[in-house]
Amino acid sequence: MKDDSPAQHQSMRFVHRGAIVSLAGVRPDRTLLALLREDLGLHAVKEGCGSGDCGACTVVLAEADGDALRWRASNSCIRLAHSIDGMALWTAGDLTHDPLLDLDGAALHPAQQAMVDAHGSQCGFCTPGIVMSLFALQQQGGAQARPTREQAGQALSGNLCRCTGYRPILDAAQAMAELPPARLDEAALRALLQQIAPPPDEAADPAADSSCYLVPTSLAQALRARSRRPEARLVAGGTDFVLGISKGLQRHAWLIDLARVPELRRIERADGLLRLGAAVTLEDAFAALRQHWPGLDGYLDRFAGAPVRQTGTLGGNVVNGSPVGDGIALLIALRARLVLARLDPDSGQPGVRRLAVEDFYAGYRSIRLAADELLIEIEIPLPRLAPLGAAGAGGDWTRAYKLSRRQEDDISALSLALSLHLRDGRVEAASLGVGGMAATPARAHRAEAALSGQPWSADTVRAAMAVLEQEFEPLSDLRASAAYRRRVLAQLLWRSWLESQAGALHFASGLAGLQPVLLHAGAPEAHP
Amino acid sequence: MTPLHHLSATPAGLQPGMPVPAGACGQSLPHESARAHVTGDAAYVDDLPELAGTLHAAPILSPLAHGRLLGVDAAEALALPGVRGLVLAADIPREPMLAAQVRDEAILPQDELLYAGQVVGLVVATERETARRAARMVKLLAEPLPALLTARAAHAAGQYVTPPVHLVRGDVGAALARAPHRLRGSLETGAQEHLYLEGQVAYAVPGEQRQWLVHSSTQHPGEVQHWVASALGLASHDVQVVCRRMGGGFGGKETQAGQLAVWAALAGHKFCRPVKLRLDRDDDFLVTGKRHPFSIDWEAGFDDQGRLLALELTQLADCGFSADLSGPVCDRTVFHSDNAYYLEQVAIHSYRCRTHKPSNTAFRGFGGPQGMLAIETIMGEIARALGLDALDVRLANLYGTQQRNVTPYGMTVEDNILAPLLGQLASSARYRERRAAIADWNAANPVVKRGLALTPVKFGISFTATLLNQAGALVHIYTDGSVLLNHGGTEMGQGLHTKVAQIVADELGVPYGRVRVSASDSARVPNASATAASSGTDLNGRAAQYAARQIRDQLAAFVAGLDGCGAGAVRFAQGRVESPKAARAWADVVAQAYANRIPLWSDGFYRTPRIHYDKTTLTGRPFYYFSYGAACAEVALDTLTGEQRVLAVDILHDVGRSLNPAIDIGQIEGGFVQGLGWLTCEELVRDDAGRLLTRGPGSYKIPTAGELPPHFHVALWPEANREDNVFGSKAVGEPPFMLAISVWEALRDAVAQARGDGQPLLLDAPASPERLLRALGGLDG
Repeated sequence: MKDDSPAQHQSMRFVHRGAIVSLAGVRPDRTLLALLREDLGLHAVKEGCGSGDCGACTVVLAEADGDALRWRASNSCIRLAHSIDGMALWTAGDLTHDPLLDLDGAALHPAQQAMVDAHGSQCGFCTPGIVMSLFALQQQGGAQARPTREQAGQALSGNLCRCTGYRPILDAAQAMAELPPARLDEAALRALLQQIAPPPDEAADPAADSSCYLVPTSLAQALRARSRRPEARLVAGGTDFVLGISKGLQRHAWLIDLARVPELRRIERADGLLRLGAAVTLEDAFAALRQHWPGLDGYLDRFAGAPVRQTGTLGGNVVNGSPVGDGIALLIALRARLVLARLDPDSGQPGVRRLAVEDFYAGYRSIRLAADELLIEIEIPLPRLAPLGAAGAGGDWTRAYKLSRRQEDDISALSLALSLHLRDGRVEAASLGVGGMAATPARAHRAEAALSGQPWSADTVRAAMAVLEQEFEPLSDLRASAAYRRRVLAQLLWRSWLESQAGALHFASGLAGLQPVLLHAGAPEAHP
Repeated sequence: MTPLHHLSATPAGLQPGMPVPAGACGQSLPHESARAHVTGDAAYVDDLPELAGTLHAAPILSPLAHGRLLGVDAAEALALPGVRGLVLAADIPREPMLAAQVRDEAILPQDELLYAGQVVGLVVATERETARRAARMVKLLAEPLPALLTARAAHAAGQYVTPPVHLVRGDVGAALARAPHRLRGSLETGAQEHLYLEGQVAYAVPGEQRQWLVHSSTQHPGEVQHWVASALGLASHDVQVVCRRMGGGFGGKETQAGQLAVWAALAGHKFCRPVKLRLDRDDDFLVTGKRHPFSIDWEAGFDDQGRLLALELTQLADCGFSADLSGPVCDRTVFHSDNAYYLEQVAIHSYRCRTHKPSNTAFRGFGGPQGMLAIETIMGEIARALGLDALDVRLANLYGTQQRNVTPYGMTVEDNILAPLLGQLASSARYRERRAAIADWNAANPVVKRGLALTPVKFGISFTATLLNQAGALVHIYTDGSVLLNHGGTEMGQGLHTKVAQIVADELGVPYGRVRVSASDSARVPNASATAASSGTDLNGRAAQYAARQIRDQLAAFVAGLDGCGAGAVRFAQGRVESPKAARAWADVVAQAYANRIPLWSDGFYRTPRIHYDKTTLTGRPFYYFSYGAACAEVALDTLTGEQRVLAVDILHDVGRSLNPAIDIGQIEGGFVQGLGWLTCEELVRDDAGRLLTRGPGSYKIPTAGELPPHFHVALWPEANREDNVFGSKAVGEPPFMLAISVWEALRDAVAQARGDGQPLLLDAPASPERLLRALGGLDG
């Protein structure tokens, strides 16, 4: 492949069709999609959009995770080629050509056969990506486990189909569990992965390495690499960063991949804090958040699509600093703090500082991160109170809402996250984070003041809504007008109050879970 | 758990007295490429092996909606390693205008920029990425000119791409004056991006003696051939255009695949190399045309029952910078302004406005949806004004079977099944009971309001340009008995090849698996019409049937000669050929016929009967028949935010006797969801300078699996086409799109019930959360 970048290249290895593929001379900023389609001629992977929004390029990756295998569906167009070093990769074209996959004599893998049986393909262009999402769903959930309609929908949330209307694809997702399962030789796969796992000392001093795609495998290495190569861009999941390459045609001679740093992938609970490593995937981070704040389910389900949740990181969302970063508004409401680390230039010793999330942002897409600094952890105080009960006057009330044109996998026009401590019917403490209302996600200080110390009542909320509606000066843009943003931000506070009164209300407060009238028990047949 | 969908258990089109299909037709066979789709083996243009020396082109785009082009500074781009050069208007060897019907579109602009995103030229390089990078380095020296960015602005300026059309029956002014009730209103409908998952692409390969092979993702290989030949100054026989399949078309590749192919061929011509041009998705959004936005003003007069007495419609179509297909698109809007309703006194004024935008083009429904959205909106408004149920108003206005059955363009509706179809759906979907239950719900729920609507579809089938209603096919039988089929249609996912193969298999009495369909190819079937207007199967299926029938007749005569019986006594079924004397295997008969020098291939040709249309009087019978359908939708509307959910959809749709129920249901469901997108979540947003802000699926949101209603039921109307159409089937591609208007009307119903003021309801499409909240009054003050 042609190249005019100044730097040296790096080799990479991955498992494909039961064998180890070794490549050299892969540019650090090569996307996985370009590698697969253009360099390796694997045309089962399709490019639909080049921005991770359609899922036609979805591949499945497996990596060793202790004794287990970790499976994920991933958008190859917004992933760097080198990021799969040491993993196993499947495209839709591999399921019938993989010696590690025993199809028990069948011509097609169940994920494929179910799609044929359900008439799940029309033009066929999105189909390989959909097959990959189904394959990942099966590997993650167990071949015999029939997914619910909701699970199927979640697994397909990153796949667009313009032809079918999705019904047959959801059918296929459920029906594949009823076909004779394909059996993967996991032992053989793990052995292959073991062979290509980097030896512990390989990346001992990444900055001294001749390579330009640096893969530190410890925090110390990462900090050293950062201090020696401040010009290198940092990448974890890359789901937003790679857009700069695929769409912006940017070039990067030096990259530091933080996804293999164990310290950054930890989730810990200690000292009243939930500590999420900066490179924890969105999916893992959300699982941890749901445990403590079950009220966040609806919000987290709508954050991106499945492949991005399985690859993107919460730390990446924070550092990316988008004004509509759904994670940021939530972290502000949860009173999270960021732990930033660097090597002291004089002593060479690591040092950290902590910063409230909202203080991390200097302006539009501008963050307060020094050139030698890394975001290593997000600290969130665990709730001090139990969740607010059905008709309770006290407890933790944490909710988040987003508004977008489409329910799934859409960028927010605005978002509101709030975390209230209620005691004896009063708001003891209020914390509100908003997205889409300013150049950065922000804390709604004035609305917080309007709530704090007041009774948790309709009057208080109405007063706080008036404050909240005037607190920000949002823009009108392609997602919404300023007037809509301001009005609906306030309305979402009302929504939250209604939801907190759910036990006392005799009417629906929102759209979730609604069923059609008089059609609950089976549908009428058109031909009785 | 409640099943979330229900396919009709009854095989489509089967009713007492109708024969059970013994062959392939009528069976839910998988798509002929389904196995290749799921394994990724199915190749699209960009998957074809690239010849050595292939160059890649990337477009240079106009940053201005309207401007004067003063110069092109490409010094920086040309210095980039790997760049071979530029293609500009001066490089066109022959005809500088596209060989389109209306010759108003320059292949590349010379001095005037006509929309933001217009392709000004190409950069050609050894790598696609290099070409893209270099294209961004090209500096266009241009000065901006005032731009017309809406149909209303262009109409005010008198700017049209084709002359206005006025269709008038009766004296509308007098009838309006006499009418007991009158209403007027306006409606804006949004553009819609096709978002075919495979973007536009062409690969032009030079051959010997100035011949060209063009791989194009196109619905119309013949037009691509014609355009390329014209631009290069060649005869049509020097250009071969091939398309095995498209990754979606939806009308977006009916004409506008042609520009890509012409540009690629021009680059190939200049550099004497194969050249591939595949648009990046963002560029595809910028360059290509969309569904036409319309601005519609209406005034209706009606009686106490809501029956229309007079209707005046002014339709302003935003056509973009050139005519493209806007003339026929807007004609179809006129023809579908009635939808299912008899318009006794009517005046329709259709203006095809020229704006500084990409040239809006064919898109599933082809102007029909916009016309139908207006009349359904009017039905809803009439019902609200009178305090009647909207279904009753709709029923009162339906075309009759004996009277009130002539369309404004003078065609008698002969195959009307509207009343029984709507009645059956209203009953099976329990419309009346649910109407009452929803009223109860809305009385008890201040935050979430429900709405319900049942709307019909009547859609005319045939190209309105009568000459396009012709098709050809070729059927080859090899000596092993295998059958190779080729026809003039193209496969874009709609299952055309599958259906035509089913037809041929049954005509020859061979198992479906014996028939293979080959790529659409201008060198096999010449002068083929676009695969469009839902007519692919009607036209090509019949042509292929006739081709197969000629071979079969030859074989029957041959067998009759062997067995001393009449040819009519020879039967072909299930891979066997039976005469009163003997039964033989198909392959044996074929082999024997070959040995006896009987021809084993044939062409077939079909032209649609009975159709005619006079463009000067705007009257005639432009359609062979109508397709019918209806949908009942229930929605829930969040009055705090304007967000909505579709909770239930019941569809009863008429595909005649279904050739393939699974494929037809797939078209119905897929069309419905695409229509749902047009009316709800899909919105193209431009800035004040006319530059598109929503580029690609990151900002332009088509429905995902999450938009699928919890209850989604499709049933097929159990009656064959009353016209003589292949297998008794009806076309299915476009009509279901407009079933989604039921959701639009249900949303408006929910808004009206929330407001409860009985006032006319202003809402433009798409019904985004913001528009719905505004309609609710939640953004006032």
